Amino acid sequence: MGAAAARPPPGLGALSDETGLSPAALMRLHERFQALDRDDKGHLSPADLQALEGLALNPLCERIVGAFFPAGAQRADFPTFARVLAHFRPAEGAPCEPGGPSSPGSKLRFVFELYDLDGDGQISYRELLQVLRLMVGLEVPDEALAAVAARALREADRSGRGTLCFEDFAKAVERLDVDRRMSIWMLK
Amino acid sequence: MFLLLPFDSLVVNLLGISLTVLFTLLLVFIIVPAIFGVSFGIRKVYMKTLLKIFQWATLRIERGAKEKNHPLYKPYVNGIIAKEPTSLEEEIKEIRRSGSGKALDTPEFELSDIFYFCRKGIETIMDDEVTKRFSAEELESWNLLSRTNYNFQYISLRLTVLWGLGMLIRYCFLLPLRCKEFLSKHVHLMCYRICVRALTAIITYHDRENRPRNGGICVANHTSPIDVIILASDGYYAMVGQIHGGLMGVIQRAMVKACPHVWFERSEVRDRHLVAKRLTEHVQDKSKLPILIFPEGTCINNTSVMMFKKGSFEIGATVYPVAIKYDPQFGDAFWNSSKYGMVTYLLRMMTSWAIVCSVWYLPPMTRQPEEDAVQFANRVKSAIARQGGLVDLLWDGGLKREKVKDTFKEEQQKLYSKMIVGNHEDRSRS
Repeated sequence: MGAAAARPPPGLGALSDETGLSPAALMRLHERFQALDRDDKGHLSPADLQALEGLALNPLCERIVGAFFPAGAQRADFPTFARVLAHFRPAEGAPCEPGGPSSPGSKLRFVFELYDLDGDGQISYRELLQVLRLMVGLEVPDEALAAVAARALREADRSGRGTLCFEDFAKAVERLDVDRRMSIWMLK
Repeated sequence: MFLLLPFDSLVVNLLGISLTVLFTLLLVFIIVPAIFGVSFGIRKVYMKTLLKIFQWATLRIERGAKEKNHPLYKPYVNGIIAKEPTSLEEEIKEIRRSGSGKALDTPEFELSDIFYFCRKGIETIMDDEVTKRFSAEELESWNLLSRTNYNFQYISLRLTVLWGLGMLIRYCFLLPLRCKEFLSKHVHLMCYRICVRALTAIITYHDRENRPRNGGICVANHTSPIDVIILASDGYYAMVGQIHGGLMGVIQRAMVKACPHVWFERSEVRDRHLVAKRLTEHVQDKSKLPILIFPEGTCINNTSVMMFKKGSFEIGATVYPVAIKYDPQFGDAFWNSSKYGMVTYLLRMMTSWAIVCSVWYLPPMTRQPEEDAVQFANRVKSAIARQGGLVDLLWDGGLKREKVKDTFKEEQQKLYSKMIVGNHEDRSRS
C-alpha cells in the first residue's frame, strides 16, 4: 500500500492497442482491479462488484455487473475488466478506429445490450418492461408501467415488428451526444 | 593458520566492544528515558532528516525518469476520474433536453434515461469513495519504503531488536505481578513507552488537560492496533476487547492479571446486553480506570471516520473523545485485516521508517436529554472528525466485510419513478 511497487499486468502493450487506453490509464485501472478483488484471487467475482455500495444503490446494478460477466461467467480477469471500461473512454480528440470500443457505435451497443436481456439483438416489450421495473422498483403499479413501456416501444419502433432492433434504438437517441454522456474522464 | 589466530581474537574483541557499546546506548537512550518519561528529542531530529531525504530522493528519481523518458507511474490522492456532482434529476433532465428537445415538465420515460444509470454505475466501479477509504491512502511523494533496499535491512534489524527488548521487559514485569494498582499502572506506562520508542513513534499530544478520567469512557477513531499503544503510553486505561487467540491472547491474559480490564469471548460480543451490562458496572465503579473503546469496529485507513456504533454511547457515562491522525509519509499504519494477519502487520510496522502521529484530547461530552444514542454517537464522531481533519462519512464501518443494504437503492428508484410517472396525485389526475 502507499507506494507499493507497481507491477504492470502481463500483456499491457497488446491490451493498450486493443482498448485504446494508454498504458498509464491501464496501470491505474489495474490498481483499481486489485483493490476491488477482495480476497486477492487474481480475478473479480460478481460479489466483488456488488459489494460496492455506490453500485448497490444503482437500480441497474444487476445489468451493469452482468456486462462484466457475460453468459453466466463467474470470473472476470483484468483484460475483460479493461475491455468493458474501454467503452467509456472519451473518443473526442483521440484517434480511434470506427469499430473501436470507445467509438459512439460501440458505446451505443453497450447500452443496447443493457436493455437486451437475452442477447438476441432485439429489445422486446417484456425486456423493456423488466428493465423499467428494475429502475423504478416497487414504486409504480403494473398498469402504469406497462403503459409507459408500450408507449416507448411504439414511438421507437419503426419497422412495426413490436421489438426494437439496434438501428431503432440508435435512431431514438440519435440527437444525444452519446460520446459525452457515456464518457468518463480519467485524471492525469 | 597461526597467523589467523591473533586476527580472530581481534575480531572477537571488536565484536564484544561494539555489542557492549550498543547495549549501553540502548539503555541510556531508550530504556532510562522511557522509565522517567523524558525525551531527548533525538526522534524529532531523525524525523526532520528523513523528510529531507525523501524530498531529495523524489526529485532525483523524477529527474532521472525525465531524462530517460520513462512514463512515471504515480499513485494519486484524489481518485482517478473526474466526477461531476449532479443529482439524478438534473442529469436525466439534461439528457432529455439534449436528446429530444421536447417539453420537460410532464413526467415521462425516455430510452435515453438509461445512460445516466449506466454511467453512474461504471463510475462507481472505477472509483468510489468508500473502497478508497479501505485501501491505504495514496501518497504524493514516494516514501522510499519499497523503492530502494539500501539501508532497509540495517534499520529493520535494529528496530526488531528494540521491539524484542521491549516485549521481553513487558513479560518479565507483567507476569509475576500481583500487587497494588499504583505500581502496576506505572509499570504499564513504562512498558508502553518502551514500545513507543521501539517503534520510533513520534507522537504529538494536544490539549492534555482534557485527558480521560476515572469512571469515563475514552472513545477514539481506529486505524491500527498501534492506536492502543499510543494512547496507553500517555494515560491509564482499562481495555475492552475481544479475546484473541495466539500471541495477542497471551498478552491479554497477562494484562488482566495486572489490572482490571474487560475482555469478552467472541460469542459474548454478539450479546449486546451483556456487553453493555459489564461496561456499565465497570464505569460506575469510580475507582476503576477509564475504558478505552474504538466504536468503529474495524480498521479504517485514517482519512475518514465511519459511523460509530451506538453501543458504547448508550451506557450513559461521560465520553472523552480522542482524535488520532497518522502522518502517512513515514509509515502507513493502516491494517487491512482481510488482506494480512497480525504478525505480518507488526513486521511491517517494525520496518517502517517511523510512526508519526498526532493525538488530540477533546473536551468531555455527555448525552443530552433530547438526543438518543445514535445522535450522540454522531455528535462525538463529528467532533473527532473535525479535530483530526478527517472526512466525516455516513457509511458504516461494517461495509468492508458485508454487502450493502437495499434501502439505499429504493431511494434512487423512488426519485426515478417520480420522473417517469409523477407523484400519486399527478397520476390520479391524468
